[in-house]
Amino acid sequence: MNGKGSEHYRFFTLRTWILLGLAVFGAIVALYRLAVGLGPATNLSDSTPWGLWIAFDVTTGVALAAGGFTVTFAAYVANWDKFKPIARAATLTAFLGYLLVVFGVFLDIGKPFAIWHPIFFWQPGSVMFEIVICISLYTLVLFLEFLPWLLNRLNVLTGVRDFLEKRSVLFTLVILGIMLSYGHQSSLGGLFLITPAKLHPLWYTQFIHHLFFLSAVCVGLSMVSCETIVSANMRNKEHETGILDGLARGTSIALLVYFLFRIGDLAIKGNLGAMFEGSLQSGLFLVEMGVGVVIPMLLLASKSIRASIPALLASHGMVIFGVVLNRFNVVFLTESNMGAAAYFPSWQEFAITVGLVSAGLFLYKLIVTYLPIFTPAEQKT
Amino acid sequence: MSKGVLVDTTRCIGCRSCQIACKAWHDLEARYKPSNGTYTSPEKLSADCYTLIEFFDKKTGDQPSWKFVKEQCLHCQDPACASACPVGALKKTPEGPVIYDQWLCIGCRYCMLACPFQIPKYEWDTTNPWVQKCNFCASRVASDMAPACVKACPMDVMYFDDYDKIAQEAERRINNFPGKYVNHIYGFREAGGTSWMYIADRPFRKLGFNTDVSDKPYPALTWKPSLSKILWEEAGLLAVLGGILYLRNRRNHEEGKK
Repeated sequence: MNGKGSEHYRFFTLRTWILLGLAVFGAIVALYRLAVGLGPATNLSDSTPWGLWIAFDVTTGVALAAGGFTVTFAAYVANWDKFKPIARAATLTAFLGYLLVVFGVFLDIGKPFAIWHPIFFWQPGSVMFEIVICISLYTLVLFLEFLPWLLNRLNVLTGVRDFLEKRSVLFTLVILGIMLSYGHQSSLGGLFLITPAKLHPLWYTQFIHHLFFLSAVCVGLSMVSCETIVSANMRNKEHETGILDGLARGTSIALLVYFLFRIGDLAIKGNLGAMFEGSLQSGLFLVEMGVGVVIPMLLLASKSIRASIPALLASHGMVIFGVVLNRFNVVFLTESNMGAAAYFPSWQEFAITVGLVSAGLFLYKLIVTYLPIFTPAEQKT
Repeated sequence: MSKGVLVDTTRCIGCRSCQIACKAWHDLEARYKPSNGTYTSPEKLSADCYTLIEFFDKKTGDQPSWKFVKEQCLHCQDPACASACPVGALKKTPEGPVIYDQWLCIGCRYCMLACPFQIPKYEWDTTNPWVQKCNFCASRVASDMAPACVKACPMDVMYFDDYDKIAQEAERRINNFPGKYVNHIYGFREAGGTSWMYIADRPFRKLGFNTDVSDKPYPALTWKPSLSKILWEEAGLLAVLGGILYLRNRRNHEEGKK
């Protein structure tokens, strides 16, 4: 704004322009969707009421943004000094992630301008109600955690800034954030408790909400790891090996817990055999658990892997792939039992999804350039 | 008093008067689509088709025997859709119908996923879309009139009465005509009981009914393992987090004081 920019790198590189272009294109398509309705803009139908936007922008997006609450837990609640340098970056990613989720929901629901209804018309017996309320409140919490950095930069409303930076206020927000995250991360799985006959038994369990929460913890840590690596590359900084090692160990342990919970649940119900039945579903399950859980769990347990940046990226990438596949499997396998019509997203659905992700990356780059995200130590919170 | 309807599929001749009456009463657009090899027309329920007769080319012994099944919302006693809706746009009324309030609805379409019978349909092609489904002619039923489809039926396929009398009538018919019906009242137990029930002369699975439906009410599936516990889990989580926070930050705090 004042033309100073960052000393480390140029803001407007070719990649930044591409991100901005995709985001603007997505915005134009979003206006088209608002103007014509869901039918012409998407390939959704009565047998596929939920498509790419719910499966990726919302269900997957929320999981990928789980790094916010896991890292703030480690840095503030558990007071592990090691994780403090990345707490701001993780919070920022979560904040941007949730903004995109809210925007994705806005575009996906049939009546976007009724999005505020759940705040006034309560239905506490509904999983969807709980998700909407928790996501709204958590986005607000993340905004309040983010606000002081912006106010600090603009040097306005210093009273508000000082209040939000008080230890007691910050810790209250962090704890609220973790509680709200537990509430909606698990409930996104809880949505499918009501479809026992539609979802394949390899995924359906009355504990599916716990599995969603556990896998969100895994993928949150993996996302923060990748972000730490990529942003260090971007700023030509040394890799923070101590943090990366800690995150990798945490991911491996979280994956083990998830693995034991899921396999244990299948074993107790006597459904373990279903994974070898040779169907499409069993194949998807094996890929999801093999590539997404077992292999990265073993890789990240190895010290030499944890010391290698490319190996770390690959392992965390597998975790992310696994959780994305899991969310897609749950949504689309449920819908595969709702009618014969096959679903493939329209180009408009892709354009908006790509646009949202690009907007998120663009804003991230903008904010880390102008706000003190990676240098909190100098700011003394 | 809660109302119900008993559909005796053995009586239906497939005239589709009920379909026409439904369209007329609700002022829904009729659509003309060429058939693609089935006599069921239209092929599926949709936002402007609340009910239809599904045609089944069956055999009784070695004789051809057409079967006709009327499809519409079953109006569960404890509906999955109503529990799924985040704003309470879907409600079970005391008279029996499960009705929809388009002003509350936000269009999340979770009801469409939640319904075990795949009944709610969506108006995809408008910018102010509503969820659509059979409303059991709620305004007629509230003033003690039979639904439009029941009224129009020439074969007395549907018996409209108090909910309790529906099941009794179904049992009476099954008992009075041995061999005519299979001993199964579809909707008596399905999804915890529905306001509409069916009797038939062959297993319901062969007539396109979803026989994987649980006998327990669907709302309990989300309420019991998850929603009913969430406040306790959150309280436990708060206690644990508070404990960890206290233990792990105690030293820093003391150092800070010095």
